[in-house]
Amino acid sequence: MSTGSTADDLAAHAAERVRDLPALLQALVRGVGALRRPTSQLVGIATGGAWLAERLQAELALPGEHGVLSSAMHRDDFAQRGLSAREPTRLGFDVNGAHIIVIDDVLYTGRTIRAVVNELYDYGRPASVTLAVLIDRNGRELPIQADFAAARVELPANNMVALRRDAAGVLSVVIEKQPS
Amino acid sequence: MKILIKGGRVIDPASGLDQVCDLAVAAGRIVSIGAAPSDFHANKTIHAVDCVVAPGLVDLAVRLREPGHEHAHMLQSEMAAAVAGGVASLVCPPDTDPVLDEPGLVEMLRFRSEKLHQCRVFPLGALTRGLRGEVLTEMVSLTQAGCIGFGQADVPLPTLHMLSRALQYASTFGYTVWLHPQDRDLGSGVVASGPLATRMGLSGVPVVAETIAIFSIVELMRAAGARVHLCRISSAAGLELVRKAKAEGLPLTCDVSIHSLHLIDTDIGYFDSRSHLRPPLRQQRDRDAIRRALADGTIDALVSDHSPVDEDQKTLPFAESEAGASAVELLLGMALKWAEDGGVELRRALQVLTSAPADIMTGGLDAVRCGAGRLTVGGLADVCVYDPNAEWMINADTLRSQGKHTPFSGYAMRSKVRCTIVGGYLAFEA
Amino acid sequence: MLYRRNPQLNKNGELVHLLSIEGLPASILRQVLDTAESFVSVNDREVKKVPLLRGRSVFNLFFENSTRTRTTFEIAAKRLSADVINLDIARSSASKGESLLDTIANLSAMAADIFVVRHGESGAPYLIAKHVAPHVHVINAGDGRHSHPTQGLLDMFTIRHYKKDFSNLTVAIVGDVLHSRVARSDIHGLTTLGAAEVRVVGPKTLVPADLAQMGVRVCHNLKEGIRDCDVIITLRLQNERMSGALLPSAQEYFMSYGLTREMLQLAKPDAIVMHPGPINRGVEIASDVVDGTQSVILPQVTFGIAVRMAVMSLVAGNEAN
Repeated sequence: MSTGSTADDLAAHAAERVRDLPALLQALVRGVGALRRPTSQLVGIATGGAWLAERLQAELALPGEHGVLSSAMHRDDFAQRGLSAREPTRLGFDVNGAHIIVIDDVLYTGRTIRAVVNELYDYGRPASVTLAVLIDRNGRELPIQADFAAARVELPANNMVALRRDAAGVLSVVIEKQPS
Repeated sequence: MKILIKGGRVIDPASGLDQVCDLAVAAGRIVSIGAAPSDFHANKTIHAVDCVVAPGLVDLAVRLREPGHEHAHMLQSEMAAAVAGGVASLVCPPDTDPVLDEPGLVEMLRFRSEKLHQCRVFPLGALTRGLRGEVLTEMVSLTQAGCIGFGQADVPLPTLHMLSRALQYASTFGYTVWLHPQDRDLGSGVVASGPLATRMGLSGVPVVAETIAIFSIVELMRAAGARVHLCRISSAAGLELVRKAKAEGLPLTCDVSIHSLHLIDTDIGYFDSRSHLRPPLRQQRDRDAIRRALADGTIDALVSDHSPVDEDQKTLPFAESEAGASAVELLLGMALKWAEDGGVELRRALQVLTSAPADIMTGGLDAVRCGAGRLTVGGLADVCVYDPNAEWMINADTLRSQGKHTPFSGYAMRSKVRCTIVGGYLAFEA
Repeated sequence: MLYRRNPQLNKNGELVHLLSIEGLPASILRQVLDTAESFVSVNDREVKKVPLLRGRSVFNLFFENSTRTRTTFEIAAKRLSADVINLDIARSSASKGESLLDTIANLSAMAADIFVVRHGESGAPYLIAKHVAPHVHVINAGDGRHSHPTQGLLDMFTIRHYKKDFSNLTVAIVGDVLHSRVARSDIHGLTTLGAAEVRVVGPKTLVPADLAQMGVRVCHNLKEGIRDCDVIITLRLQNERMSGALLPSAQEYFMSYGLTREMLQLAKPDAIVMHPGPINRGVEIASDVVDGTQSVILPQVTFGIAVRMAVMSLVAGNEAN
């Protein structure tokens, strides 16, 4: 029921919400800090979540290295899109009995989270898995929610929000209209 | 039937005639070239303006697969393909099933082919019984039954000892021996030896398989005083040996297939069995030498080497597939293409399809044979009328042969036969 | 000559069949190697399975026997959660006279997704790929003397693992190159990925001069061939070659071309020794070299599973269009 102007309003509103990236990052640091247990392991979903996990590991002065999770092996769209070439899963700790905080940039349909949880289970049985994301947007297709989100936005149809990192390593959030 | 061919460009390579005029046929003979007699009333008029009127083609290598092929009407379909290609006379090799080594089989083949009223069939008899290379055939009886020469098709040459005997016996009676120059042991591969064979992991036939065979044949024919026709030259080195033998004055002739004239080893592509041929396609250098040699007369005739192969026998891994391609309908077009690409005169292009092969077939006496391949007033009315500008695509739908496989599939062909007259009879009309 | 698109690639240039390394762009080879990298780690998990090919069927069509290769394909397919059917064609319908294509048609009717084919005739997988239904993918597990692309890829993976950069490598392939599909695949892989120099080493009867046209240096002397090499790939000398028209005996071969400790000294000190297996100890390679520190023969086997998983998952995800 969005007319042109309402859709544009929505997009503008969302853009406003994500304009101050440093503030969002700080919110994420505080949110993850609050979720943390002494033995929690940070694992970022490749690639955007991994960038954030790297930042968080440093900001929270955590020992060791953050883990990386790839959704490639468990995606549900392999038949349509084939195998995606991305960073492979790299954990560096025993999943059995671990408290894991999964970090991602954007929570959208929930399918990526479903895939990475399955991926984690290939390595063992975790004690707990919590989810912290930078941006939680509308459009869920599975019953999956974030335990913490730095920002919640609503976007009109055919709009995408993504985290980008340039050659210098500077992060930015972009909202784009996809061709239908 | 009285036929008048009006306004075509009449070319007779043997005499050099090349003029736009009419040609009249009656009672199996050419009545006039030029204005028809005033009292000539044609039953059939063929309008040949913008067409070429040439002698009916003579193809020295057409496998009819008869006797022996399990497909019904094979003889009929292959002869129909031949006349559709403008061929009025064809020579068929002896590697039928059973082999043409008995006069009865030869008579049967001639009887059956004559009944079909298409083109003339001149069988080659087997040189040895069953082509096994052990016992000579009854060449005199076979000649009386209608054989115009003797050969081994592409069954490897028998031992040199046997070959020597065969050449001596044949030369006693003046018969021509038709030989495929390929050494028995060195010639057992499926593609030409070289970088391609090595890369593709296929067994190769080296050039020496051909040169050693040609050398042996030349030595033996000189000693025996025999007349030899070499079938399907494939290499530049082989052509050098032919040149030398001809310079010496030996009665040696040779032919080349349309495949070796146009294609090379890399045309095999991704193991395409349609390019599985015998002799195998060789390299660029060999093709260039063949093109020059056909132009300068070192090679006497161009043949189709028509060898229809069943679908089942072609859809097999390369080395297991049967060698051969359907080709008789492509003979004319491929000759013209060669002439056009190489700046060869039309007269020569037609000569290698008409009078030159007819002369090879003859070696002798028969008036019918003497007339083939030529347009002369009072001579045999074997005529091919074709449109040099019409185009058609070569594919399974356009080929009349029952074998649908040719490495030229998908090629556009320029020149189409409009009609073929054999002995004054309209055997084919488009 | 008519233009022919490489039958392994679809219109978008994606891999839909793996028939030969020849003709594949370096980018595709690298894609396979990179994908294989992620699959190596699958083998270290508690659950050594990913669901990428769940519900898909992989049919192993081995017209030529080979338990080793077939087993690695089977393991690879199962780790991708595919269903695997092994067809021992030699003992079944083909020997009853059923044509190759009838066999394929019958199997296609049983809803196969991937055919892994090994055949004694060069080119057979191309014929099969031409005649399968559009959704079926063909992987060549070895055809005659022509190609063994998964072996070539796992050899490239192994070299990349130990040596990183191809551009300054000298690689020697020693043995019966003439009859070896592995050698041909290795040569194509190395030249495509930009190896500095590839040498083939062996007697003239087994290493013909026209191999040079594939972009390699032909050597008939082992010392000259392996001097300063970074990688030595020794090929199996088949029994049928050893006593006959091509070679007088295994002993004589070992004397001139066997890779011994002493010969190995001529290569670079950190050179790696590879072998596609199965090994004839004392014929093409000495036992102490096989078991020595420079040998990477066993890791090759492990990498082989990851590479085959990569190939299967890549082709299965691309449409034929």
